[in-house]
Amino acid sequence: MTTTNSRLVRIWRRLPVVHHVRQSVGLQRGMLVAGLILTGIFLLTALFAPLLAPYGFSQLRDDDGTFGAQVPPGGQHILGTTVGGYDVLSRVIWGSRTAVLVIVVAVALSIFAGVLLGLVSGYLGSWLDRVLVVISDAVYAFPTLLLAIVAAIAISGGRSSFWGGVFAAAISITVVYIPQYFRVIRAETVRIKSEAYVESAKVLGASTPRIMFRHVFRNATRTLPLIFTLNSSEAILTLAGLGFLGFGIEPSAAAEWGYDLNKSISDVTSGIWWTSLFPGLAIVLVVLGITLVGESLNDLADPRLRTRRRADQSAPVLETSALHTVDLDDDESAIDPLEARS
Amino acid sequence: MSQSAPAVINPAQSPTPTRRFRGITNPLARFLIVRFLLIFPTVFILVTMVFVLMRSIGDPITAALGGRLTAAQLAERISSAGYDRPILVQYFEYLGQIFTGNFGTAITDGRPVSELLVTYGSATLELASYAILVALIFGIPLGMVAAYFRDKWPDAVLRVAAILAYATPVFFAGLLLKLVFAVWLKVLPVAGRASTRTELQLTSMDDPSGIYLIDAVRLGSPAAIGDVLSHAVLPGLALGLLTAGIFMRLVRTNVIGSLSMDYVDAARSRGVSEFRLVRKHAYKPALIPIITVIGLQIALLLGGAVLTETTFEWKGLGFKLVEYLGARDFVAVQGIVVLLAVIVALTNFIVDIIAAIIDPRVRY
Repeated sequence: MTTTNSRLVRIWRRLPVVHHVRQSVGLQRGMLVAGLILTGIFLLTALFAPLLAPYGFSQLRDDDGTFGAQVPPGGQHILGTTVGGYDVLSRVIWGSRTAVLVIVVAVALSIFAGVLLGLVSGYLGSWLDRVLVVISDAVYAFPTLLLAIVAAIAISGGRSSFWGGVFAAAISITVVYIPQYFRVIRAETVRIKSEAYVESAKVLGASTPRIMFRHVFRNATRTLPLIFTLNSSEAILTLAGLGFLGFGIEPSAAAEWGYDLNKSISDVTSGIWWTSLFPGLAIVLVVLGITLVGESLNDLADPRLRTRRRADQSAPVLETSALHTVDLDDDESAIDPLEARS
Repeated sequence: MSQSAPAVINPAQSPTPTRRFRGITNPLARFLIVRFLLIFPTVFILVTMVFVLMRSIGDPITAALGGRLTAAQLAERISSAGYDRPILVQYFEYLGQIFTGNFGTAITDGRPVSELLVTYGSATLELASYAILVALIFGIPLGMVAAYFRDKWPDAVLRVAAILAYATPVFFAGLLLKLVFAVWLKVLPVAGRASTRTELQLTSMDDPSGIYLIDAVRLGSPAAIGDVLSHAVLPGLALGLLTAGIFMRLVRTNVIGSLSMDYVDAARSRGVSEFRLVRKHAYKPALIPIITVIGLQIALLLGGAVLTETTFEWKGLGFKLVEYLGARDFVAVQGIVVLLAVIVALTNFIVDIIAAIIDPRVRY
């Protein structure tokens, strides 16, 4: 019983984020935890949007009649109403759902395509590698938003329904972010393919796909959680940028923060602040949360930036490590290829 | 073959085009030539991508004028513009046009896109310059401060501020600045590049450069200079703060990195103060990556400029691009995007050259 418990504890402690929280100290831990809380709130809001939002995202009237346009915050509409007569709070809450969907679709697509291309390109090399590297460098150097605009035009002709809009935005973002995953995975693959265990697998007669997906892939994906977080925050900004330029999703199909901000430009000039402030804050908080998580993971992965425990704090670490149950500080075994295979 | 060879990433061997230029002995000249030739595939790939994406939805005439003309009129315009020919013929014709500097003609107002560069490009250039200035003024000193106070509260505050600057979309930052300084405090103008009177003065002078600040200085009128500058503050800040956060983090990381170098340790052991170490010894090598990153920031700045120009009605290339997007004039959109691709490729080339001249290690 106790052994299964300690085993569970050990597995729990080695889960990516949990491990990082335990590894961090002081300010770094504060930033990581703050980021996790913000991201958690964002995800929960998206999940429970129908329960949390007082009205629908495209609702213009209730039993008492129409909401009215540009109603100041307070009373029936806690955050006021927009120029189009929508409830601001409801649109902010429903907007989180759109954002999550777009991120998930976009990041899943770019990881899939980027990882596959990176593995093939890095492992097989030759002319294919060179062509892909030149293409990804060209795309990488180009303004992401402009490319996303062109992709959005190509996919939806500019405007569309809810799922059409989500996919259009997600694919536009994917086109832009594939090169980033490609570069990272390719670099890792190039490094890993000269490792002794890859050579051994080759000598043992393992097929190229098997080496690529079993031996190289598993070890090349260590940095993915990091790019994943950094990219999701960029994906939100790109989505908002697209929406701001009028390439978002129609207001009747879904709530999208960038679109709402675009509609509020003229409000700002006449001193109406609530239509722009709240959707904008939603974007900032979500991106802030995800970026804090990504940044902390990045710092923890880079020993030059990792905050060290002070000497007096490390004393209990020495004691527990003698028991061989948990390794509190540097869990290097996770990257050991032999360990990863078992 | 190459699979079993150790994949040592040797910068002297990896980029293939170098081999052909072994005959040129001056390494800088060789780097220049190779780097210059790399512009062409970059632009070619982007032009192809944009062309394929834009034409995948059909011909641009139907997209722009679809509802307004009869089917017969549409067909006539399509065939007179050559959009009924095979797509490959159109593609090669387009490549040829780009090569001669012809980026197409807008359908809605019939203006050549290359002419837009002259009229609106200067406005975008002016905005981007203000933004880089803001980024350098805020980013470099704050990055050094953060490195000096590493892991103490000033560092914590600055790092969160940098992440906040990154997390705030430029258009939201712009709207907030506008709300506070232009609408509530009424100290700065709401939008535009200059007031109507100044704009008239500046555009009516002979041989205007299009960059309002330069024109205002040439005009010699303090009122005009003040007017132009006051209009530039908010857009410059909105766009510049984003990049300032990136510069700050970069300077911080690099200064911390170079603070652990042997030569800094040597200086420290000679009794040089920690402040002087940051100020004199560690920050210079930390500035080299800044130059490289400015090159990468050009792309981000141009993307941000599109959004900032829309927020502040700053009549630059981005503002025009959004206008054409609204009108569904995809020929103009394609032209502007390709034009920006060329600008990005050229600026990256120039930045790489500057970086190579300053730091011989980046040459390959």
